[in-house]
Amino acid sequence: MSGAPTASPAEIAGRLATHGFFRGLSTELIEAIASGARLHTYRAGEFLLREGRVADEMFAVLEGKVALEVFAADRMRITIQTVGPGEVIGWSWLAPPHRWSLDAIAVKPTHAVVLEAAPLRARFAEHPAEGYEFLLRLVPVLASRIQGMEMQLLEANVL
Amino acid sequence: MSSSAHVSTSVPDDGTSPYAPTPYVVRSRTLETSDIATLVLAPAGGRPIRPFAPGQFNMLYAWGVGEAAISISGPLGDDGELVHTVQALGPTSRALFSALPGTCVGVRGPYGVGWPLEAAVGKDVVIAAGGLGLPPLRPLLYRMLAEREKYGRIEVVYGARTPKHLVFYDELQVWRARHDLRFQVTVDAAGRDWYGDVGVVTTRLPDTRFEPAQTVAFVCGPEVMMRFTVQALLERGIGPDAVFLSMERNMKCAIGLCGHCQFGPEFVCRDGPVFSYRAIGPYFAVREV
Repeated sequence: MSGAPTASPAEIAGRLATHGFFRGLSTELIEAIASGARLHTYRAGEFLLREGRVADEMFAVLEGKVALEVFAADRMRITIQTVGPGEVIGWSWLAPPHRWSLDAIAVKPTHAVVLEAAPLRARFAEHPAEGYEFLLRLVPVLASRIQGMEMQLLEANVL
Repeated sequence: MSSSAHVSTSVPDDGTSPYAPTPYVVRSRTLETSDIATLVLAPAGGRPIRPFAPGQFNMLYAWGVGEAAISISGPLGDDGELVHTVQALGPTSRALFSALPGTCVGVRGPYGVGWPLEAAVGKDVVIAAGGLGLPPLRPLLYRMLAEREKYGRIEVVYGARTPKHLVFYDELQVWRARHDLRFQVTVDAAGRDWYGDVGVVTTRLPDTRFEPAQTVAFVCGPEVMMRFTVQALLERGIGPDAVFLSMERNMKCAIGLCGHCQFGPEFVCRDGPVFSYRAIGPYFAVREV
């Protein structure tokens, strides 16, 4: 089923504190992040985000599996990575133009914390040190995805 | 190159030609993908080649076409059967890939240094395979599963370009269903008919569980995959002496004479194909090697 289970900010903070991406952040920052977040359960086949739409959220996967998909006009949708518990989805919310560059679709029922981007951006603008710490966690996610593409390109001998 | 007095080779000392193949016949052929086949070879009346160690390779000769170094991908059969998995890339490998049951092929070997199983006894094991890197690791996995009590956790991560590029497909299901090892399968890209993991091998490594100081890793795949995989394993705390790679190079003589397979100071056919990362790591960064 799809929907937004009711959870207090304290409960969400508790889930984030043990999530692989957020673990180790200060309690104060986690509580601040949780105050602008909600829990959501996605059905298998339900989109978390769509290419081209406004990137105004970030997703912390708690359970389930999400496929990141790209679409080529002459081919079917292609999954380029799956993301599971302990991982996060979405960085386009951080920098302009705030548009998603791919689709993310739940492959099986997926439980996630959905973080609102605007409060996050405002928080980091006000507390650059926290923003920097957050970036230090987000950059390896990006690096991993870039490295994956690098490996795919080199293995396919397309360069 | 140094004088022959300083070079040890795999040349037999019984007077036979080191290049003379032993005839084998293709007993069965299994199509793994559109361009990869697994052949079971049986001795064609002559004396079988020597027993092999997991990780070693044979030179397979397609009569009248040429010879290619092909890793051994299965257990040694009771009657001397050999298992090889071949990808059709050039004329020789295409001829071997196309060899139907009853076809005679030449075999010489086994050659090279195999996986150091003894280094993994009593330790956790990580096996990372990319593409056609799984076949050389399969005999190693068989051996470990046959003596399962000797090892700690066994984590296997196998990646292929797409689901249709996965080899040993039926056996993957068997391995994944076992409770005494964890076998993760991932593909670089997939359509919506694939419900498994998608992402290169390194994306699955964070999900592996092992005690870094007490872990040995065996890695085989495309060189770029091995480079990034080793980097990820070292970052997890496995020592460079405990990471072993199987290198692929253009092997011609297979006995350490011709130099075609030279990698830094090593001859892959004779000193490898399995090396510790400690031994060959520095040459990964040398672009001209």
